Amino acid sequence: MNEQTRPASSEKRYWPMGQLILARVREFYREPSALFWVYGFPLLMVVALGIAFRNKPAEQILVDVQQDGGDTPGFQSVYDILKENAAFKVQKGDAAQCRLRLRTGKTALVIVPPPSPGEPSQYLYLFDQTREESRLAHSKVDDVLQRANGRVDPLPVKPVDVQEPGGRYIDFLVPGLVGMNLMGGGLWGVGFVTVDMRIRKVLKRFLATPMRKTDFFFAILLSRLIFLVPEILVLLVFAWLAFDVVVQGSILAVVVLILLGALAFAGIGLLVASRARTLEAVSGLMNLVMLPMWVLSGIFFSSDRFPEAMQPFIKALPLTTLIDALRSVMLEATPLQALWPQVAILVGWAVGSFVLALRWFRWQ
Amino acid sequence: MILHMIAAIRCTNLVKHYEGRPPVEAVRGLDLTVEAGECFGLLGPNGAGKTTTIEIIEGIAEPTAGEVEIFGMRWGRDDNAIKERLGISLQETRLSEKLQVRETVTLFRSFYKCGLEPDEVIRRVSLEEKATTRVGNLSGGQRQRLAVACALVGDPDLLLLDEPTTGLDPQSRRQLWELIHAFRVQGRTVLLTTHYMDEAERLCDRVAVVDHGKVIALGSPRDLIAELGGEHIIEFTLDERDGLSPLEPATLSDLPAVRSARKDADHFSLSVTEPHIALPALLERLGQGGHPLAGLSTRHASLEDVFVMLTGRHLREGDATS
Repeated sequence: MNEQTRPASSEKRYWPMGQLILARVREFYREPSALFWVYGFPLLMVVALGIAFRNKPAEQILVDVQQDGGDTPGFQSVYDILKENAAFKVQKGDAAQCRLRLRTGKTALVIVPPPSPGEPSQYLYLFDQTREESRLAHSKVDDVLQRANGRVDPLPVKPVDVQEPGGRYIDFLVPGLVGMNLMGGGLWGVGFVTVDMRIRKVLKRFLATPMRKTDFFFAILLSRLIFLVPEILVLLVFAWLAFDVVVQGSILAVVVLILLGALAFAGIGLLVASRARTLEAVSGLMNLVMLPMWVLSGIFFSSDRFPEAMQPFIKALPLTTLIDALRSVMLEATPLQALWPQVAILVGWAVGSFVLALRWFRWQ
Repeated sequence: MILHMIAAIRCTNLVKHYEGRPPVEAVRGLDLTVEAGECFGLLGPNGAGKTTTIEIIEGIAEPTAGEVEIFGMRWGRDDNAIKERLGISLQETRLSEKLQVRETVTLFRSFYKCGLEPDEVIRRVSLEEKATTRVGNLSGGQRQRLAVACALVGDPDLLLLDEPTTGLDPQSRRQLWELIHAFRVQGRTVLLTTHYMDEAERLCDRVAVVDHGKVIALGSPRDLIAELGGEHIIEFTLDERDGLSPLEPATLSDLPAVRSARKDADHFSLSVTEPHIALPALLERLGQGGHPLAGLSTRHASLEDVFVMLTGRHLREGDATS
C-alpha cells in the first residue's frame, strides 16, 4: 500500500489520557442526577444535621410543685422562688397529676413542699435517678431552694460561658462529612462507572485499541480528583458561611489529606470493581466495604466510643484514619508532620488497592 | 519463492474451550487464511463459533490451542503493532450515551499513533449532521455507523466487523455495505461475520461457512453455489390430498438437469443446472403421479442453499449452543 491510498492519514498527536479524562468529565456533568447526588446530597446533609445539632440556648428545666389543699404558704414560697428563676419552667398540680407527668417524662422533678415554710417537716423530691435531666433538675432545684432559705456558699465561684467555633458539634461533624463524601464519591464514582463500562463492553472495545492501560487507570484517578474539588469546596464553604466552621490548622495540610483520602478511596473503588460483572454485584460489594466504615469510623460520633479491643482495627480503616487526621488539622491545628502515621496508612491503602486492582482487573 | 504475499490473517488449528457446566467447545480446530486486500466472510448460524474466532483474531480472547498471525505478527509479541493496524467493531458495544459523535470518534482517534482526522471519518460514515449529537440520541443504524467510524479512525489495514448489520433496517444495511465497499476499494482487508446470506454474497470475495466451531466449506460465493451442482433452484409445494401416496423427493433426482432434491416440511426444492430442461420433466412427472401443484417458483441458488445442503439446517434456525 503506498501513501497515496491514505491521503487523509496523519500523525497528529492527541493526548489519550486527556481525552479519557475529558470523556469522564463530560459524562459526569451531563448526568443531572449524578450531579445532585454528588453535590446536592452532602449539602442537604450538612444543613439537616446542622439544624438538628445546632447549639441551642440552655434549655429550661421542667419541674412540678405539688399543690395539696390550696395555696398553702409552704407551696407558695417554693412555687414563687422557682417561678422567678429563668432556669425553670414550673407547673403545679395535685399529687396524682404530678405523678402522671413524672411517669410520662413531661416533668423532670416533682417537689412536695411542707404546708408552711417554717414547719420542721422536710421537702420531698420525687424523681427517677436514672434520668439525666432528673438528676440535673434535682441538684439545680436543691441549690436554688437552699440558697433562698439562707445557705451561704463558702467559695466564691463565677460560671463563664464558653462557646467558640471549633468546639461545637457542627465543627466535629464537618470533617466527618468530608471523609464520608470522599469515601462515597471514590467508591461509587470509580467503581460503578468502571463496572458500567465493562457491562457496556466499552472496556473490551478499548482493549482492542492501542490505548495504554496506564492511561486509562490514571484517567480514572485524575478525573476523580477533578470531581472532588467542587464537591469538597461546596461542603467546606457552605459550612464556613452558614455555620462559621473554619480550619484552625493549615489549609495545605487539609488539601493534602483530602487528596490522599480521595486516592485511597478511588483505589479501593477500582479494586472493588476489578472483577465484578454486574451492577448488582458491585453495589453489594461496595456496601459491604462501606458499611463497617459508616458505623465504625466516627463520622457522627467519635470512634473512641467503641471497645478498646476493636480500636486497632478501627484505626486502620482508611475512613477512620482520614477523619481523625482531618479533625486534628481542622479543630486542633495539628501540623501535618505530626500526622505521619495517618498519612502512611492512607498512602498504603491507595498504593495497595491500586496495585491489586491492576493485577485483578478484568477487561471483559 | 522469496516473494510471497503475507496473509492478512492466518489461523492454524484454532481451538477454544470455555470452562463451565457444561464446558463449551466454541472452536474446534479452525483453519483460516485471509489474503491481504480481500473481503472475507465468516458465515454460520448463531453459536457456530464466529464471534469467538473473530475475538481471538482481535486479541481479545486467547485461544486454548492453535496459532494466529496477523500480517505475520503474533499476539503476545507484537500487540501494539497489531492493534495499530486493526479496526474492529464488536457485537453490541454500547458507547457512552452522554458523549457526542465527534467526541467519541476523537477519543478513539487519540489511542492511535497514526490515523484520520475525526471529522474526515465522520464524513465517511455520513454522520456530519450528527457530529454534535449525543450517542444516546442516534438511531440503531447511526450507532452502527459510529461504531464503524471508531474502527476506521485509526486508519486500519484490516477491518474486523462482527455482525455489522444485524438488526438494522434495509437502508442502514445498504449504507454500511457502501462503507465497507469504499474501504475495500483502497486495497484494505475486511473480515466480517454475518448470518445474512445476501450480505455475504454481495460483499465478500470469499466466505467460510462455519458450523460447530469448524470451517465446513470455503470459497467464493459463486464457487460454493456452483458446488451445489446446480445454480438454480426450483421450489414447489403440492396440494396433497388424502389417499395419495406422498411424493418422495429422492424419486425426483433422476429427472434431467436435476442434481439433488430435498424436502422441508411440505416444501420441495430441486437443485438444477438448466431449469428449462428440468421444469417440463418435473411437471410431466407430477402429472403422471396425480400430484396437483399448489405453488412453484424458480430462483438462483444462494449461499443459504449451500448451507442447507451442507448441514441440513437453515442458517437462521438458531443453534442450541448460542
